[in-house]
Amino acid sequence: MFNFDSSKLDLMGKRKIWFIVGGAVVILSLLSLLVFGLNLGIDFAGGPIIEFSFAEEVTTEDVRGVLTEVGIAEDATLQTTTEDEYQGIIIRTGELAPDEIEQVENAVLAEFSGAEVLRTDMVGPTIGEELRRQALLALLVAGLAMVAYISFRFEPKFAITTLATLSHDVIFTVGIFALLGREINTAFVAALLTIVGYSINDTIVIFDRIRENMKLYRKMPFIEQANRAVVDTLPRSINTSMTTLVAILAIYFFGGAAIRTFMLALFIGLAVGTYSSIFVASPILVSWDIRSKAKAKS
Amino acid sequence: MRYKQKRRLKIAFIVGVIALAIFLYSFYGINLGLDLEGGAHIVLQAQETEGRTIDRETMAGIVSVIERRVNELGLSEPVIQTEGSDRIIVELPAVDNPSEAIQTIGRTAMLTIRNPEGEVLLTGDRITDARASYDEHGRAVVSFQLDREGSREFEEITRMYMGQRIGIYLDDEQLTNPTVQSVIRDQGQITGYANVREAEEHAILIREGALPVPVEVMESRTVGPTLGAIAIQQSIRAGLIGLALVALYMIFYYKFPGILAASSLIIYGIVMMGTLAGLQAVLTLPGIAGIILSIGMAVDANIIIFERIKDERNSGKSIRAAIDAGFKRAYITIVDANVTTLITASILAYFTTGAVRGFAVTLIIGILVSMFTAFLITRSLIDVFSQSSMIQTEQSFGANRGVQQNV
Repeated sequence: MFNFDSSKLDLMGKRKIWFIVGGAVVILSLLSLLVFGLNLGIDFAGGPIIEFSFAEEVTTEDVRGVLTEVGIAEDATLQTTTEDEYQGIIIRTGELAPDEIEQVENAVLAEFSGAEVLRTDMVGPTIGEELRRQALLALLVAGLAMVAYISFRFEPKFAITTLATLSHDVIFTVGIFALLGREINTAFVAALLTIVGYSINDTIVIFDRIRENMKLYRKMPFIEQANRAVVDTLPRSINTSMTTLVAILAIYFFGGAAIRTFMLALFIGLAVGTYSSIFVASPILVSWDIRSKAKAKS
Repeated sequence: MRYKQKRRLKIAFIVGVIALAIFLYSFYGINLGLDLEGGAHIVLQAQETEGRTIDRETMAGIVSVIERRVNELGLSEPVIQTEGSDRIIVELPAVDNPSEAIQTIGRTAMLTIRNPEGEVLLTGDRITDARASYDEHGRAVVSFQLDREGSREFEEITRMYMGQRIGIYLDDEQLTNPTVQSVIRDQGQITGYANVREAEEHAILIREGALPVPVEVMESRTVGPTLGAIAIQQSIRAGLIGLALVALYMIFYYKFPGILAASSLIIYGIVMMGTLAGLQAVLTLPGIAGIILSIGMAVDANIIIFERIKDERNSGKSIRAAIDAGFKRAYITIVDANVTTLITASILAYFTTGAVRGFAVTLIIGILVSMFTAFLITRSLIDVFSQSSMIQTEQSFGANRGVQQNV
């Protein structure tokens, strides 16, 4: 079983390494975001998306033929989806009026017997804009409320550190999604928010132990109080992330296409969330403490 | 109270909670969202016109026209509500042809009769009834009836434009432009339909009247029943596999207390379903994601408690004392961690709509239920078994008495 000895495992003493790793991660993520950009799905970019399932083998070329007849083939992108339960094709196009969407559906249904419309989504351009605004506003207000609560329960520097840690996690997850070119949709936003929630949870659990150690071992230097807290909570950190990640992996593989993006984002975000509460949050607190004490002396 | 009485009370409490949850679940059931059950979710926005601004009266007018159209289309259990100042949300479970329904619902459907120059002579407001039928040649037509004022005007129009072509328009679509052959008073026919179904669609629009202002389809999401069924089946399977793996891990690591934690997770699942049913919450795919996260936090709460108990045991306390102290110390950690997440989730629920909101609401419910199960159910379960040799054993809680950590 996991048992660690805080007198032998000096995680906080090596904080320079963690800062270099953390800084590199943030810079690389931002670079990836700049270079590859985000693949915005219809939730943000707007436009229609139609998904069909077929009883027979149908290629994207077959479907493109039908779209040519309807006259929307030029700006349509087609993608096959393979699931255990069905084989399907997703059509994305530029803006279509409701009657044009129906035309497309009818043409495909008429061409392939046993075809079925699985879903048809159409999002106007203003909706995506609104979603972006709502999500940003919500994140901002949530961030402020969090800072207030943590400052009240702990100290302001714990709150600021938590925010920095959360930014690290969010930037990393977004950077990976840019790198992979995965679609950014509402589910991804929900996943980011979940990651924020989980990362807060993780960071607070360790901060709580630091707070306790500050009372329990008054004479001990802060760096040792923090190191002891991180090392003593390691079994919990490992067990919690193992159980959560195992559950997420199960859902990623068995939960179907609809929530796969969500689960991938969660997997990346929760892994980095656990990492950052140990290797980003606590080292920042320690360095902050050492600097402010050095200043007080001089 | 003596230990045995306390123990009986605790067992009764656990059984009571489970029974209540099962009762709520079987009595109310879980409402499934359109993404799981199949159906259409449509967001319409009213467009201001020169003649009419968007106010509450206009919105009420739109809602009532849409309600009548939906009823005429024979769609069951529709939900039609306004959102904000100028939006209408229409939810249609069990709709066979959603794209067609969206067009019928979102159409302004202003019927006008125009002269050869295109000037409007008469509008559809004067129509009292419209039905699809066949004319004497067996063609599909829409026959309409005019009210008294309309009849007088129509008589005048047909007299004035005798021998000329007048046009009948639905919005900007010309339905027919017959040559006036005789003076007509109170009824007319619109021809030119390929089949009676097309005629029926227009008859509904004309009969139920035009929308007071045009609406634009801002967003429409329709999910076929097949996809919904697959989504439910997959989520349940994935959830069960996930839960089983978590339970196995807990049992492997924490031994007998792990079994108690796994049981309290199952109880958490039952209580969560009961609460969702009791609150009549609508379960959507993002909602399931919220539940998954809260399961994660429920597991975490158990792990935090067990790790604390283990620490207390390692520092040499008896099992009863270690359980007491462990819970007391874990309590602060869990509350602080959960309250921070609760704040985030509540703000999300308040500021957002749709999918993100669905996620936030189930997360809030999930966190509350998970704190409830961690502090009351897990606690009671451990207390009930605290005298058993399976908890007393050295290995339970993953404790390792060889390593003295908190000296």
